[in-house]
Amino acid sequence: MESSGANSDSVIRSEGEVKVEARGLDLFYGEFQALRGVSVAVAARRITALIGPSGCGKSSFLRCLNRMNDLIDGARVEGDVLLDGERIYDQGTDVAALRKRVGMVFQTPNPFPMSVYDNVAYGPRLHGCRGRAELDETVEKSLRGAALWDEVRDGLRKSALDLSGGQQQRLSIARVLAVEPEVLLMDEPCSALDPTATFRIEELMLELKERYTIVIVTHNMYQASRVSEYTGVFLMGELIEYGQTTQIFEMPRDQRTDDYVRGRFG
Amino acid sequence: MKARAARAWEWLIERAIQAAGAAAIIFVVLIFVFLLRDALPAVRDTAIGGLLAGKTWLPTAEPPKFGLLPLILGSLYVTVGALIISVPLGVACAAFISEVAPAWLRETLKPTVEMLATIPSVVFGFLGLLLVGPWLAERLGLPVGLFAALGSVMLALMAMPTIVSVSEDAIRSVPTALRRNSLALGATQWQTIWRVVLPAARTGIVAAVLLGLGRAIGETMTVLMVTGNAAVIPHGVEGFLRPVRTMTATIAAEMGETAHGTSHYHALFAIGLLLFVITFLTNTVAHMAVRRSSRMR
Repeated sequence: MESSGANSDSVIRSEGEVKVEARGLDLFYGEFQALRGVSVAVAARRITALIGPSGCGKSSFLRCLNRMNDLIDGARVEGDVLLDGERIYDQGTDVAALRKRVGMVFQTPNPFPMSVYDNVAYGPRLHGCRGRAELDETVEKSLRGAALWDEVRDGLRKSALDLSGGQQQRLSIARVLAVEPEVLLMDEPCSALDPTATFRIEELMLELKERYTIVIVTHNMYQASRVSEYTGVFLMGELIEYGQTTQIFEMPRDQRTDDYVRGRFG
Repeated sequence: MKARAARAWEWLIERAIQAAGAAAIIFVVLIFVFLLRDALPAVRDTAIGGLLAGKTWLPTAEPPKFGLLPLILGSLYVTVGALIISVPLGVACAAFISEVAPAWLRETLKPTVEMLATIPSVVFGFLGLLLVGPWLAERLGLPVGLFAALGSVMLALMAMPTIVSVSEDAIRSVPTALRRNSLALGATQWQTIWRVVLPAARTGIVAAVLLGLGRAIGETMTVLMVTGNAAVIPHGVEGFLRPVRTMTATIAAEMGETAHGTSHYHALFAIGLLLFVITFLTNTVAHMAVRRSSRMR
């Protein structure tokens, strides 16, 4: 892939294989411009953290990657997002199929009002998996993958609404894993959780990155430095700096990044 | 002095409101007592089993026969038919209004559907009698333009506003986050509505259906005008295409010509009591369902 010399932003490349790439991405909510010329290449099977103060556009950017912004009235995207080199904003894109490949875990867990089993089986059933044995296997595998199996194996038929907040968030992850995505987008997945539950989710992310490309938006800079290999810093809709996490936290190139990670604003 | 007057005024208003609230309950109790008083002799005359299971309703024959079965089945046929039509249509309409329609269409559609509820039932009767009945009879090759299914069609139209309005409220109050989660898993909009939104709204939808049922079973004027009023026991699916007579229509048609205090008179009251109990039960269950669904959020 050629680097995008067409726009003035310099694309900061990750090493290794690129899974998702944004090129000169602008996002508008009506008149308001939420993202300005964001260009970034996300490395495959790595954890990339997006940090920045509230309202900086990091969550908006995340939602561009699986086209969840389509659901917002008046949202408009310019520029390109590429998944494995293919434009996802092209006319003919099958958005449902795209979202199957690019899964998303939201800030607050929202289990469907059905059993734990049905929650996890929801995605596979959507995509045509009907066989009892096959579903059982997928459900178990996904719950194990989300480190929840041991806690719910005896209560698969119980309502998912009875789980604790931390369990519900891991259920959300299991639900996404069950559709076997390639990319996992996580929008502040731990902001509603206590430290123990947060720790479990972080452990889980480190396991999952063996197979998935993970992009996590977080308010918590310690979390970013603990789990991620790459970090992008957003400010006022711009990606002001992107690079290896150690570099971002230890010797940022941009003064604003330095101010932010040292807690001078945010 | 002024403060005391204000307090007295306050007291007066509170009592007035209390009395108004109590009046509603007292009316219901009084209606029940009144029905019971005039229905009981019928139960005494004809054993209760004979009333409910009696196969013939011939109140003016000698000796008269007060079997309610044809009337109960008549009501059942018309009502069940109405539900078969109005429930899928009403719920689909509610889902469309809440999930699919753009804002401007939603703003026009819901009030329009709700306006259906303000049309007097006698007007529906007219429409059925003169327009829908003959048209359907011709299409279906029926000898008479008055039959059970016609009553169902008209009642379905009348129950629609309730069903649409209450289920739309239930569907709309399903948290947006559930839809977002479903779509993020690669579901299409249709899959999301069918597999997540409607199941999540199910208690509210059940309530809507029961309220519609209450409306349909108690409706009198329309069914009196369009169902043909033959007190015969309907059989099988074909029963829908034959004239029937409902409980409500029987009371409305015969009460005016019945001498006070005769066993016919009391039998009509027994029908009224039965109707009261049925609608009271469906409404109670519906309200319990509504309360349950609002508590779940």
